[in-house]
Order: sequence, then C-alpha cells, then structure tokens
Amino acid sequence: MENNLIDLKGIEKVYIMGTEVLYALKGVDLKINKNEYIAIMGPSGSGKSTLMNIIGCLDTPTSGEYFLNGKNVSEMDDDELAEIRNLEIGFVFQTFNLLARSNALHNVELPLIYKGLPKAERIEKAEEALYNVGLEDRMTHKPNELSGGQRQRVAIARALVNDPSIILADEPTGNLDTKTGQEIMQLLEELNQKGNTIIIVTHEEEIAMHAHRVVKIRDGKIESDVKSEKGRAMSERKEILI
Amino acid sequence: MPVTELISIAFNTLRNNKIRAMLTLSGIVIGVFSIIAIMTLLNALQAGIEGGLNSLGSNTFQVQKFPAMQFGDAHSRNKFRNREDITYDQGKRLKEKATLYKYMSIEDYVYQKAFKTNKAKTNPNFYVGGVEPEYLECNNKTIQFGRFITQNDLIRNSKVAVIGMDVVEKLFPNVDPIGEDIIIDNSQYKVIGVFQKEGEGFGQSNDNFALLPITTMQQVYGKNNRSMNIAIQAPGKEEFNESVENVVTVLRSIRGDKPGEADSFEIFSNESLIGQVNNFTKYFKYGAGFISFIALLAAGIGIMNIMLVSVTERTKEIGIRKAIGAKSQSVLIQFLIEAVILCELGGIIGIVLGIVTGNLLGMYLNSPVVIPYDWVVIGLVVCSAVGIVFGVYPAYKAAKLNPIDALRYE
Ligand SMILES: Nc1ncnc2c1ncn2[C@@H]1O[C@H](COP(=O)(O)OP(=O)(O)OP(=O)(O)O)[C@@H](O)[C@H]1O
Ligand SMILES: [Mg+2]
Repeated sequence: MENNLIDLKGIEKVYIMGTEVLYALKGVDLKINKNEYIAIMGPSGSGKSTLMNIIGCLDTPTSGEYFLNGKNVSEMDDDELAEIRNLEIGFVFQTFNLLARSNALHNVELPLIYKGLPKAERIEKAEEALYNVGLEDRMTHKPNELSGGQRQRVAIARALVNDPSIILADEPTGNLDTKTGQEIMQLLEELNQKGNTIIIVTHEEEIAMHAHRVVKIRDGKIESDVKSEKGRAMSERKEILI
Repeated sequence: MPVTELISIAFNTLRNNKIRAMLTLSGIVIGVFSIIAIMTLLNALQAGIEGGLNSLGSNTFQVQKFPAMQFGDAHSRNKFRNREDITYDQGKRLKEKATLYKYMSIEDYVYQKAFKTNKAKTNPNFYVGGVEPEYLECNNKTIQFGRFITQNDLIRNSKVAVIGMDVVEKLFPNVDPIGEDIIIDNSQYKVIGVFQKEGEGFGQSNDNFALLPITTMQQVYGKNNRSMNIAIQAPGKEEFNESVENVVTVLRSIRGDKPGEADSFEIFSNESLIGQVNNFTKYFKYGAGFISFIALLAAGIGIMNIMLVSVTERTKEIGIRKAIGAKSQSVLIQFLIEAVILCELGGIIGIVLGIVTGNLLGMYLNSPVVIPYDWVVIGLVVCSAVGIVFGVYPAYKAAKLNPIDALRYE
C-alpha cells in the first residue's frame, strides 16, 4: 500500500501538429509525498510546464497514469477535476493568467467564489492573501495597472487564498527582484512547514536551493532526481531525532 | 456557486462592454417596442370605444335597420339598404305586443344640421332627434337644467326642444337657454331643457344635438322613408337575453319575417358592439404579433452571434475560471444569464418605450391611458425565451472548453 500524494506512472504527452509529432513528455515516473518541497528544473521547452499542468489536473496525459491521493485522475469527471483544482491545488501560472478586467482583489477572490463562500468572508481572506504578498495598497488595481512582479504576486495570492494542500508554482519568481523573490520563497517555506506540499518550477539555482528535492528534466524525461543539501540536512535531522 | 454571483458577474461583463451590449439589445428593444406600442394603442382605442359604448346604458339594446358598425363590402351594404324601413307604427306595435321589457323608446334622427337663433349659428354637424319620454332611461342620459319631453308634449305636438351642452355653448353663451327659441330647418322650438355634458370621444362631440317630441319631428320631417331606431331597456341583467328574444320574436312577426329567414333588422347591445370591435382589432393584433415575432427572431440571432463572439473573445477568461475551479455548469449558467439579462434589459426598455408611445398616440385620439399588463408579461417571458434559446449554444460552447486549451488561447 503506497501512500504517495502524487504518483505519476509512465506519463507521456504527445502533440500532433499536422504531420509533425512532438513528444513533450516521454514517459515520466514521479512520486511525491505529502509535505514535500520539490523544485523542477530544466532547459526551456523541456516539458516542465506540461508536467505541471498534468499534475495540476488542467491537462490530461496522452498515456500513462496519474494517481492523486490514491485516486486515478483519468477516471474523474469534469466536475470532480474542477473541485480538485478549486480546493486541493493552488496554481501559480508562468503567465499569471489573471482576469484582465477585474481588479487584484476580485482576482484573488475568484477561487473562493467558486468554492461558495459568503462575500464578507471572501473579501477578508482575499485581503489577507494580498497583504501576505505585500500588495495591500494595490487591491483595486487591474492587472494592466500593475507591474509584472506585482501581477505575479497577485497570481501567488490567488493560489494561496484557498489554503490548498498542494501548491504548484511555475516560475513564481521569474519577474521578481531578488528581495521580493526571497520574500515569496519565505512565504512558500512557511507554508511547507505548515504541512503543504510544494512543487516549483525554476531556472535559478538559488531558488531551487530552498527545495528539499530537485528534479531535473531534459527533453521530456527525468534526468536526475536528487535531494538538495537542505533536504539532506533535514532528513539527517529527522534521523537524529529518531 | 450561487446564482446571485453569476448575475453580478454577468452585469459586470455587460458594464465593461456597454456599447456592444446596447447595440445587441437594440434589436430586442425594437421587437418588443413594436408589439407593446401597437398593443397599448389598440387597448387604449378599445377602452375608448368601450367607454363610448357604455353610454348606451346598462341592460339596454337597440334595434335598427343598419348595423351599428359595418366592415363589409358594397354587396353586404346593399343587403341592409334593401331592407324595409322600421316605421313608427311598427315601433308602436312592438311596444304594445312585446311583454318583456322595462322601457322602450322609439327614436328618429336627422343628421348634418345647423342650429340657429336670431343672433348665432352652429356648424352644420349637429343632429336632431325625435324621441319619446323613455329616451332618458333607454339611453342613460341625464337632464341638467329644465325638464325633458313628456307624454303631453307628444300628444300636443309641442314645438319644444331639449338641447346638448354644445348647443348651449354655441348659441346661448351668456343667457339662460331655458325658454329661449332655437331655429332648426326654419322651424322654431322653445328650449325646455339641457342635457348634462358628456364630453368628447374619439375627437367627436357627444353634446351636439337637440331632441324634439317624435310627433313634432314627424310633422316637420314627414313619416315616410324614415327608419326608426328603437332603444329598449331590459327589466334586469338576468332577463336581458329573454328580453332580446322576446323583442326579436315580436318584431319578426310585426315585420312579416318568414320562419327560417334572417331578421330584417339589426339588434345590438354594448356587449355585441364590444365583441365586434374586438373582432376587428384582432387582425391588427395578429399583424403586430407577427412583425414582432420576426423582429425578435432577428434580434435573437443577433444575440447568438454576439454571444458566440463573446465566447471566443473570452476564451482565456473561461480558461482561467475553469483552471481555478469553475465547473462547466457555472460557466454555462454565467453565459446563459448574460444572454437573458441582455434580452430582459432590451425587453424592459422596449416595454417602457412601447407603453409611452402607444399611450401618446392614444391620447392624441382621446383614448384613456392603459397598460397592457398581459402583453408586458408575454413580452418579458418571450425575451427570456429568446435569451435562453439563442444563448444556450454559445454558453454550451463556453462550458465545454478544455481548461488548458482555453488558457493557451491568445
Ligand atoms: N499546445 C501545444 N501544442 C504543441 N506543442 C506544445 C504545446 N504546448 C507545449 N508544446 C511543446 O511542448 C514542449 C514543452 O513545452 P513546455 O511549455 O512544457 O516547456 P517548458 O519546459 O515549460 O519551457 P519554459 O521553461 O520555456 O517554460 C515545447 O517544445 C513546446 O513547444
Ligand atoms: Mg514553462
């Protein structure tokens, strides 16, 4: 009996464009436990976002199996998937994906609307989430009235507002200066300490250093999957405690 | 997800696309406007006609050679013209032999007359009537000043007249008309009474007449080639139909109508006249309904088109909503509500404009102000139906989008 939170078995993703067949993922096996903190690294076009989308129940693999919490995701219907995306997963998109016509507060409030929370509670939680990413004075700004880094922080606030158990962040610090980037990483670290599972895609070694495990992808395949220094230190500490 | 949230999302979207929303709903506005305006106008006209007809008096009916309203062709008009006149004697015999009535008044009218005094003259669009004392009851009229024609006046062929308020205003503006003389067709009559003012209906006065004793009338205008109008009041509401039957049977035998043949006279009441009016306006209603149906169909297709464009344009938005947990059903209802709100807004604007326009036109024709509640409800229901029917396909298309494809859409 396995108790992996996420269990990917032989995941393939093939895009067929006319006569051209493109293998974005070529058989990925990956197990992730609850409360892990993983960094996924790899060159551009290696399939990192594709993998994240599959883990986030946004996309379906061409072949292979995905078990989330022991349940086969490919057997779930649309409504179940929507519910998982809403309640279990907080997704920070590489391209933010904010509603262009809505202000920051409404964007962050959105997952709570679909969760069915009453308005007052929604506003309170959304404001708190924006405060946590340092945007308390930008709540009524629309995305086009925000800087790239601020947009990214709105996207992070939206991903965190529902207190999801799994946080998927596709280059969450790509547009941030070092200081803000560090603050966001601090936030993710705190969440991890509270028990959340965190998967983050990044190009930067410093960012990856925060994770406990680093998975490297190349050409749609896992190239290496190693514990980071931090991860090693943590497991050593655990061993000592035991 | 509660519907109120979806409604507020829909309103926000429409607010962000004001001009497009306006243009889209203008089709609905036109469709609803045309039907509501015509229905309001027809209802106003009908209310006016019914108001006028009600002055015939309650539980009363009339017998005449010609029908009160003719919509037929020349052939059917000839049919009426060839009928034998209803003579005064026939009227008197009907009065004697009919058993089931309360009042009966034999009346004879001459139209297009000018009334004169030594000092003034009316337009030649006044009319004279020869009547009996029962006229008042049978026609629901009231005397304001002086007295009405009596049996005595009939016996003595008195040269007296009871006049309408228009005559007073034209000929006796500054004097008490009672006792004054009035000249009609070179005959002189003494004014003995004045009717209460009735006011206008359909741009026509109801006060431009003078009534004489019918015997006096016959002395002046002759007895031949004249067809009487007989007004009858039934004893009560319950006896109304029996009373009509009784009068018809007796009059048929008096006029020698053979069994199996149609009546050689027309009989009508408020109710039958209102029925005829409805029969006539019905065709306008069908016509307006058809035009509006076409307009709403065109508007519906316009809405579908805009909603499809909107779905394509907002593919990314739909993708975002689904990615963070919107169920297909939420997206479907969101777009459906948007279409229905568009239609309802158009409908409400159309209804308001239609009622205002219809009533303005009606007021111009002296009709009372009406609100066609039934058509308001029908209009709103039809608008919702248009919104749902033409919104369902675009909404379904939006709901079925795959989240990742929608997110990638640029
Ligand atoms: N919808 C699609 N249709 C066709 N090819 C696609 C599609 N999405 C992704 N790909 C291809 O799949 C491959 C992997 O893409 P992916 O977005 O996962 O890369 P990535 O590792 O996230 O890169 P980056 O670091 O630049 O974000 C790329 O070669 C890309 O061209
Ligand atoms: Mg990527």
